[in-house]
Amino acid sequence: MAQSAEHVLDHLELFRGPEYQEMLAKKKIFENPRDPAEVERIKEWTKTAEYREKNFAREALAVNPAKACQPLGAVFASVGFEGTLPFVHGSQGCVAYYRSHLSRHFKEPSSCVSSSMTEDAAVFGGLNNMIDGLANSYNMYKPKMIAVSTTCMAEVIGDDLNAFIKTSKEKGSVPADFDVPFAHTPAFVGSHVTGYDNALKGILEHFWDGKAGTAPKLERKQNGTINIIGGFDGYTVGNLREIKRVLALMDIQHTILADNSEVFDTPTDGEFRMYDGGTTLEDAANAVHAKATISMQQWCTEKTLPFVAEHGQDVISFNYPVGLSATDDFIVALSRISGKGIPEQLARERGRLVDAIADSSAHIHGKKFAIYGDPDLCYGLAAFLLELGAEPTHVLSTNGSKAWHEKMQVLLASSPFGQGCQAYPGRDLWHMRSLLFTEPVDFLIGNTYGKYLERDTGTPLIRIGFPVFDRHHHHRSPLWGYQGGLNVLVKILDKIFDEMDKKTNVLGKTDYSFDIIR
Amino acid sequence: MSLATTQSIAEIRARNKELIEEVLKVYPEKTAKRRAKHLNVHQAGKSDCGVKSNIKSIPGVMTIRGCAYAGSKGVVWGPIKDMVHISHGPVGCGQYSWGSRRNYYVGTTGIDSFVTLQFTSDFQEKDIVFGGDKKLVKILDEIQELFPLNNGITIQSECPIGLIGDDIEAVSRAKSKEYGGKTIVPVRCEGFRGVSQSLGHHIANDAVRDWIFDQLESDGKSKFEPTPYDVAIIGDYNIGGDAWSSRILLEEMGLRVIAQWSGDGSLAELEATPKAKLNILHCYRSMNYISRHMEEKFGIPWCEYNFFGPSKIAESLRKIAGYFDDKIKEGAERVIEKYQPLVSAVIAKYRPRLEGKTVMLYVGGLRPRHVIGAYEDLGMEVIGTGYEFGHNDDYQRTAQHYVKDSTLIYDDVNGYEFERFVEKLQPDLVGSGIKEKYVFQKMGVPFRQMHSWDYSGPYHGYDGFAIFARDMDMAINSPVWKKTKAPWKEAARAKLLAAE
Repeated sequence: MAQSAEHVLDHLELFRGPEYQEMLAKKKIFENPRDPAEVERIKEWTKTAEYREKNFAREALAVNPAKACQPLGAVFASVGFEGTLPFVHGSQGCVAYYRSHLSRHFKEPSSCVSSSMTEDAAVFGGLNNMIDGLANSYNMYKPKMIAVSTTCMAEVIGDDLNAFIKTSKEKGSVPADFDVPFAHTPAFVGSHVTGYDNALKGILEHFWDGKAGTAPKLERKQNGTINIIGGFDGYTVGNLREIKRVLALMDIQHTILADNSEVFDTPTDGEFRMYDGGTTLEDAANAVHAKATISMQQWCTEKTLPFVAEHGQDVISFNYPVGLSATDDFIVALSRISGKGIPEQLARERGRLVDAIADSSAHIHGKKFAIYGDPDLCYGLAAFLLELGAEPTHVLSTNGSKAWHEKMQVLLASSPFGQGCQAYPGRDLWHMRSLLFTEPVDFLIGNTYGKYLERDTGTPLIRIGFPVFDRHHHHRSPLWGYQGGLNVLVKILDKIFDEMDKKTNVLGKTDYSFDIIR
Repeated sequence: MSLATTQSIAEIRARNKELIEEVLKVYPEKTAKRRAKHLNVHQAGKSDCGVKSNIKSIPGVMTIRGCAYAGSKGVVWGPIKDMVHISHGPVGCGQYSWGSRRNYYVGTTGIDSFVTLQFTSDFQEKDIVFGGDKKLVKILDEIQELFPLNNGITIQSECPIGLIGDDIEAVSRAKSKEYGGKTIVPVRCEGFRGVSQSLGHHIANDAVRDWIFDQLESDGKSKFEPTPYDVAIIGDYNIGGDAWSSRILLEEMGLRVIAQWSGDGSLAELEATPKAKLNILHCYRSMNYISRHMEEKFGIPWCEYNFFGPSKIAESLRKIAGYFDDKIKEGAERVIEKYQPLVSAVIAKYRPRLEGKTVMLYVGGLRPRHVIGAYEDLGMEVIGTGYEFGHNDDYQRTAQHYVKDSTLIYDDVNGYEFERFVEKLQPDLVGSGIKEKYVFQKMGVPFRQMHSWDYSGPYHGYDGFAIFARDMDMAINSPVWKKTKAPWKEAARAKLLAAE
């Protein structure tokens, strides 16, 4: 018996001992296992070009896709408003999943309710669930706003949110003037970034365009404010705080739309804050008067931004700006739109990022990377790698569209380091596996699920993406701004150096190259 | 000393009743009436806990429950390692449940084992409009081509499947025939069915009956000679290796485990189970259905057991041995004796640090009752418990064998109720799930996830008890909980001080 009270062994060590190993070996005979030689043969076959071809010929099956469904993004956007409770109309299990998913990434509570539709609602529609649900949520959780979205169940049976909310108000579930914006967010269209877009547009539409016919539409009186939309972002806490810091430095009056940087980073001090921070409802309404709206992620705002533009604002979008040039473009755009100068401090921060790149570029230059993730994140990271002289060999986005593909290819073609690099829209991580075997790269950038690819292919994983479940607290540090660029650079460098050490630490064999100074 | 033990039973009962009344005040009248039936203070001697259960959750209250798909794919079927489980429908369900349950297994992932892969049909609008059966046919072909060593396929239905009228049974039959009798199992576990995960378990059990047992050739496929000591572990999902730290004890007492359902399980083990002499059932809630079926159809008796904490482990080993001859009975005693020094050392080390500490639980399956004994072995007291998706038979077992007089009982508790209960009762530890973890930690209350073992485990068996004790100690006695208030702000609440 290996277990002891002095040195308690858990799953990390316990099962490696001889007793358990023997037990597991004996268990095999009941499993009717495949011939080990056959397992080995198939394993090797999956690494081949032939397998890759069959793998890429897949038309129906998705294996390890890197995307989630719309309502997750809707919930993420909704909690970015002051005192807002996301309410997802449909099956309740979905909400349990969104809450778990967000909590596992942010290590924070995630509050959201469901209308708990079951079989009878599938037959008769979910109106009663909406009526009861809104009344209960309103009474129990005292929200300032309830933002409604839908699961695929409600979408398949065709529930009409606008009519349901109207009826609920008539029945007294919530006061007539209580804000209940809504968005249809079918899981079988787009992904979580689409859901973010739909929910945000739904909320702005509610405030700007007459609250579903219950109030006059707002008349835009342009002021000097700039709206910023962060988009779906696993680093929302660090990123939005960094953007606010930069805007304050530039003395730009601004409104962050869907500012969830506080609610996903509340203190442990004896109090649970179900709501915290967020765009005030007043600011959300007044955002119509802004001079311009900047989206940090084009593919998270494909509907929202045109909607804003229709209201007469200038709009500009970025693709998850990371690194020097992208941050330069962002800062210059801020200055241009606001008419404010760029303070010396930002020039110094920029200079420090250039300094860091200059100090370290020898280690990154020419290295090959594979990247996967949401379309904007992929674009932003690829652009940064190109300016570091690295090659983003494979850029894969399961929820990347044809338009994303084209824009990615233009980016790759624009740099000598992008030659031979390829973007893959609509592909999944099993495709990536084939890419990594048949066209190996030095490093992989992706979310936690990349660890399976790292294990299979030996490509070291740099965790940047969503979700990151198995490393803690990185969402608190920005990737945006010059400071964020530095953080990304350090993440990449740390992995490069760790790998160099790992490959040169064999005593008696590679005593050379195991350098103290790198 | 905890507050609870300084009060008389009558005082605690009155306080808990008052607390329930207070909580119900927040609700609209109709909801208060419905929720009142799910909350109670247990009275010793009663045959159940006096709450209604397995009833629809109320819209908008923030129930902690999941769905039938979670019960089937997430719990019952997902851990069967050599089969490919397709999350059939839109991408989300499979994505959110991808690899998060920690059903440990040994295998070559992606080649002959598939537990931590996310297979989905990733439904698009056209699949909803035109139906998904043709896509499913193609998916099955693609799985066969790209994952040729899979031993079978299950189709785990998500909500839309049952709403758009797809005939996944017909597709399964046709493709099974085409692939020479391959096991292809359609499962009707759409998320809107039933009121929680629970119906998903039942549907998954029925799918095993209909699509595995009923397809077995009469001569059987078993590759081993039966012995009089063959048993099957039913309802252990091998979270953090639980089934392994259980199996080792059964084998040490002389039994032979021929199947694990379903943690680290395989199709061959499912198929061989009708050859077992006894089915031993850990999670009654999720697998009593198939155990009853095997009793009726194959005459295999089943017995429930509890491998949390040494008292229940010893009791269970003896109970299981009672189905066998003296050799096994002696084996059980030998095992109990062998581990006694470990048990004594663990208790000697941790009990003084945990004595008198109070716990509130809210979990699924068997845990709201099963873990109580393990806490009591460490001198701790469970002052509140409830089931996410229990039925009345769970509450009966809880009342008759586990909870103490005046324990607060909350069925299908929601965020609001649970927060108020914990706020008022100030337990030293809350054991619940990921959605609750950070809520209570923000409140300064130590917490352990009791679904995933908070990424630790195993907790089953004697080896697991040592880990359980270590983990509860590190949660409760972490120095961080004394630091939640800034020193320049008011001192920690009186109740928290009293609880130390």
